[in-house]
Amino acid sequence: MLTLFTTALLFEKAILVLVLFAVTLGVAAYATLAERKVAAAMQDRVGPDRTGPFGILQPIADGVKFFMKEDFMPNSAERWLYILAPGAFMFVACMTSAVIPWGTQLTLFGHPVDLQVADLNVGILYILGFTSLGVYGVMVGGWASNNKYSLYSAIRASAQMISYELAMGLALIAVVMFTGTLSLREMAEQQAGLNWNVWYQPLGFFIFFVCALAECNRAPFDMAECETELIGGYHTEYSSMKLGFFLFAEYINMFIACAVIAVVYFGGYNFPGLDPSWLGGLMGLIVMFAKTFFFIFVFMWIRWTLPRFRYDQLMQLGWKTLVPLAIVNMLLTGGFVLLFGK
Amino acid sequence: MTLAVFLTLAIASVIFALIMVLTKNPVHSVIFLLLTFFAIAGQYVLLNAQFLAVVHIIVYAGAVMVLFLFVLMLLNLNTEAEPRQTARWKLAAALASGMLLLTIVGALRGGAELPIPETSDPHVGLVKNLGRVLFTDFVVPFEIAGILFLAAMVGAVLLAKREIR
Repeated sequence: MLTLFTTALLFEKAILVLVLFAVTLGVAAYATLAERKVAAAMQDRVGPDRTGPFGILQPIADGVKFFMKEDFMPNSAERWLYILAPGAFMFVACMTSAVIPWGTQLTLFGHPVDLQVADLNVGILYILGFTSLGVYGVMVGGWASNNKYSLYSAIRASAQMISYELAMGLALIAVVMFTGTLSLREMAEQQAGLNWNVWYQPLGFFIFFVCALAECNRAPFDMAECETELIGGYHTEYSSMKLGFFLFAEYINMFIACAVIAVVYFGGYNFPGLDPSWLGGLMGLIVMFAKTFFFIFVFMWIRWTLPRFRYDQLMQLGWKTLVPLAIVNMLLTGGFVLLFGK
Repeated sequence: MTLAVFLTLAIASVIFALIMVLTKNPVHSVIFLLLTFFAIAGQYVLLNAQFLAVVHIIVYAGAVMVLFLFVLMLLNLNTEAEPRQTARWKLAAALASGMLLLTIVGALRGGAELPIPETSDPHVGLVKNLGRVLFTDFVVPFEIAGILFLAAMVGAVLLAKREIR
């Protein structure tokens, strides 16, 4: 049956999963603080600074507040689906981090540990698959609330996610054609030094970035929670930690989206002059997180700079601009690979 | 170990499929069909076909069922609005699905004598091998399927454009 080796491996992976889970939640929690600080800086305010020095205890205070609030459920809600939806949304958001290579190998107590939970040979498809499942939490939550604004928002959100997934997939196909692999680990390895995919796929990166913003429901594409039209969006009827789950999962999605951008287009844990195996493998981890945090900052920067799109503009951009551009990019990449090899 | 996983997934998929058919609420049906798809994707992983498993999730769970849910939500079906089926319709539906079952069983007859493919090779379901087989041994069916999709796309565009013309 299970040998000692596989047991040790399972144990190692289980610990890695737990650590990754904690880090994901921690990053998402502090992303909420960072968002408010960035917003404050851009609007020439101070931002939250009452809880602890520079407000660093704010996410904890927010979390406690979410738990302590009254958990209200509308009478006409579809009970089980109403409870299921935030959990499903959170679950799907947490699943995607399993295939991301956070670094090469970390040497702990003289024992090498792979910094990736599972090196799936279809890693990038796994991410696409779980992103496409994210829409269920929103749709089911919006529908089960039995509120017309929630339903409108759920329909908007799902239409938006389906539309932008298409362009996102097409942009990724070009990368797959260029790199010749679907494994994120191999993709990261190929981009050693400054040999990043973004130099070869600038258009693909642009399309992927815009689609990632839309998939995360971030401004300027946050149609699903357009307050002026829809009260609060698909989570209008939610309160307490159920609402917290929805809001929190969006920050997790943003974190993962930024990590994927860093791995697929910006070399992952590679940086010229910094060997990812330095400091017992810690260097790769630092570089990877630095890139991820940079993109999180860019996401926030965009949110507090650009106004929200109108819904028809959003659909026009998705279907009439991004999809054709992605197809052109795919054809160009195909021609390039055919003519010059990789 | 593998057998236990297989049995769990198989029983789960049959139970979810039954609930999907028997439940009155169409949205619950969609959720249980979704769970059935997951159980089947698990079977693909057991057969070393990770690519097929992930594509199955992306296409069926991520796209087809979302559209189903979309339509159901817009229609907002409930028991009062559901049209009453007459006995004749029920009979016709039972006959049609019985025929389909018969066809499927007939098509699978003799499947037991076929040699069971060796699945211990972990590379059998890899994208590279799948792609090679698709573009050599099965290139004609592959291209025909592509044309079928193109026809469906053109049809959808035509339907959408009809009113403007």
